[in-house]
Amino acid sequence: MATLDYVRRRFLPHIWCPGCGHGTLMATLVRAIEELAIPKDQIVMASGIGCSSRIVGYLDLHTLHTLHGRALAFATGVKMAKPDLHVIVPMGDGDALAIGGNHFIHACARNIDLTAIIMNNQTYGMTGGQVSPMTGHGERATTMPYGNLGQALDVVAVARAAGATYVARSTVYHAPQLKKLLMKAIQHRGFSVVEVLTQCPTYYGRLNQRGDAVEMMTWFKEHAVPVGSDARKDDPARFEVGEFVNVERPEYCASYDEIVTRLKPREDEHA
Amino acid sequence: MNEKVRFLQGNEACVEGALYAGLRFFAGYPITPSTELAEGLARRLPPIAGRFIQMEDEIGSLCAVLGASLTGLKAMTATSGPGFSLMQEAIGYGVMAEIPCVIVNVQRGGPSTGQPTHVSQGDVQQARWGTHGDHAIVAFTASNVKDVFRMTVEAFNVSESFRTPVILLLDEVVGHMRERLRIPEEGELPVVERLLTQVPQTVDFHPYLPREDGRLPMAHFGGHHRHNVTGLAHNIWGFPADDPASVDRLMHHLVGKIDNRAMEFAHWVDHQADDAEILLISYGASARSALDVVRRFRERGDRVGLLELQTLWPFPAALVRERCAQARRVAVVEMNMGQICREVQRVAQDPDRVYLVNQVDGRLVGPDTINQALRMIQGRGF
Ligand SMILES: Cc1ncc(C[n+]2csc(CCOP(=O)(O)OP(=O)(O)O)c2C)c(N)n1
Ligand code: SF4
Repeated sequence: MATLDYVRRRFLPHIWCPGCGHGTLMATLVRAIEELAIPKDQIVMASGIGCSSRIVGYLDLHTLHTLHGRALAFATGVKMAKPDLHVIVPMGDGDALAIGGNHFIHACARNIDLTAIIMNNQTYGMTGGQVSPMTGHGERATTMPYGNLGQALDVVAVARAAGATYVARSTVYHAPQLKKLLMKAIQHRGFSVVEVLTQCPTYYGRLNQRGDAVEMMTWFKEHAVPVGSDARKDDPARFEVGEFVNVERPEYCASYDEIVTRLKPREDEHA
Repeated sequence: MNEKVRFLQGNEACVEGALYAGLRFFAGYPITPSTELAEGLARRLPPIAGRFIQMEDEIGSLCAVLGASLTGLKAMTATSGPGFSLMQEAIGYGVMAEIPCVIVNVQRGGPSTGQPTHVSQGDVQQARWGTHGDHAIVAFTASNVKDVFRMTVEAFNVSESFRTPVILLLDEVVGHMRERLRIPEEGELPVVERLLTQVPQTVDFHPYLPREDGRLPMAHFGGHHRHNVTGLAHNIWGFPADDPASVDRLMHHLVGKIDNRAMEFAHWVDHQADDAEILLISYGASARSALDVVRRFRERGDRVGLLELQTLWPFPAALVRERCAQARRVAVVEMNMGQICREVQRVAQDPDRVYLVNQVDGRLVGPDTINQALRMIQGRGF
């Protein structure tokens, strides 16, 4: 199947600004799905609200554009109801970790077989550049005009601590690596998290003098180091990309099905 | 004893009614006085390969229910006051995206944490207007265990028929009291299945194109008709659209499919209401006391009757207007500050003859309270 077969051409053009990284993630995600050769009927893509979440409308899958922060809760219902479906959940950083933070932690802890993709542009794009849980200390946002008082949340650490069984990070600059990580995450049986650094030149870039989309992507290129690299000691702005966690633990729906099977004969005895 | 005859709490009867209607998915979060629903279904669903999940909060619970419903399972959640408040945004999503589901609210005293273990009917208008934006909603209630079962089945039937969330407003007294219940045989009560599209796989499917009767055939996640579901204003494909024509059509469809059917959805019981000079209007637990008062007055030869409402929303205006016209005086008995009374006053020809008889102290409004109020209304003093 060609990449464009995954796109609902009827609903183009998309709403993203020129230079927005969200389109790159969408294209990379489609290539990952294409390479895995999963039939379109077997994929549900659920998102929340934000520029990032608009991704679902453009893809010819079963798509569910939900409420701000609630994508994982809807996805949990879908997956519990039909565990055979692949459920992929692209979310913005505010969507997934501020308003949706509680669902995120509990989805990790359940180890339910969903693929969470956090499109981290370090800001609230859709509402115009307010501070997000991923905005770094001292950085500018329209609601932190004097610099962010807080610190960026370490999603990888949160996901690991909460019990996610697959955790990876990449950027829209590293598309080939990103595709491989997305493929592994989708294939992983359990809760997987892929954090994807993406650029919002319109707000984050402009408010923080990061230049245009090309400059922002170049920054990703120059600051990404492989997981475990000690190059971060020289420059605290560097960040690790690659796979952080890949372990097996009982998956939530599979555990539920074991109970269903165990209870079945008992019911027959009564009948 | 026939095992189909049981001695059950209202909350347990709701569990039985839901299973009778074909419930296969429940998500919830514990809260008094509704927890028996979650606990009952946690035991009952796994043996029939149904799905139960305790979510991290009530927001997540209703969202999970909506997700599950889109795959084709009949789905429900249950909560009480504070949890019902948390669910409001997702109720609006269910309305907008036209997703069948049943939301049980076993009412307790409010506002805020209020009186967790005490009875109230304070969420009647919240059920109507709790979620933001103009919309229509269906809400049922019941005053006894048998009717809890029946109205639960009806809640699923309406929800599945018209692709809409249906709210079942119980209260602490009805939820916790025990009565004898004969579980109906299969086929005794109608059980409605949702309408599925017959459009062939290769033909463009319009998930949001209503038929002339207002119903919309569905295609489930996992099937061949892949489409978009959104809470944004959308076109017939379910894709976001904000052109005035699409939005206008959508708004009129969403409200019309419910409000134009007010009498079709109306359930009520007349207790000697036809010749009543004083008509009581009540619902839920307070209707039990009102019925007791009707008996006392009738014994003395006073023509007092009761219209017991089982459908609160859409408000059965035509029914209430007609019954009020036959009576000299109308007294609305409820456990709130007049949430249904104001609807009755709105539709009655003579609002000045409509009185509120209420109690909001966490106790069931009793026959004595109603009795006293009626004597005043009759001009007989205390
Ligand atoms: C309950 C609720 N609160 C607030 C909003 C407004 N809102 C829409 S998108 C958004 C944040 C978007 O930021 P992010 O999730 O990081 O995604 P991005 O737009 O940057 O891709 C907010 C606050 C909303 N839609 N719903
Ligand atoms: S505002 Fe930012 S995140 Fe949103 S589309 Fe534009 S560039 Fe992308």
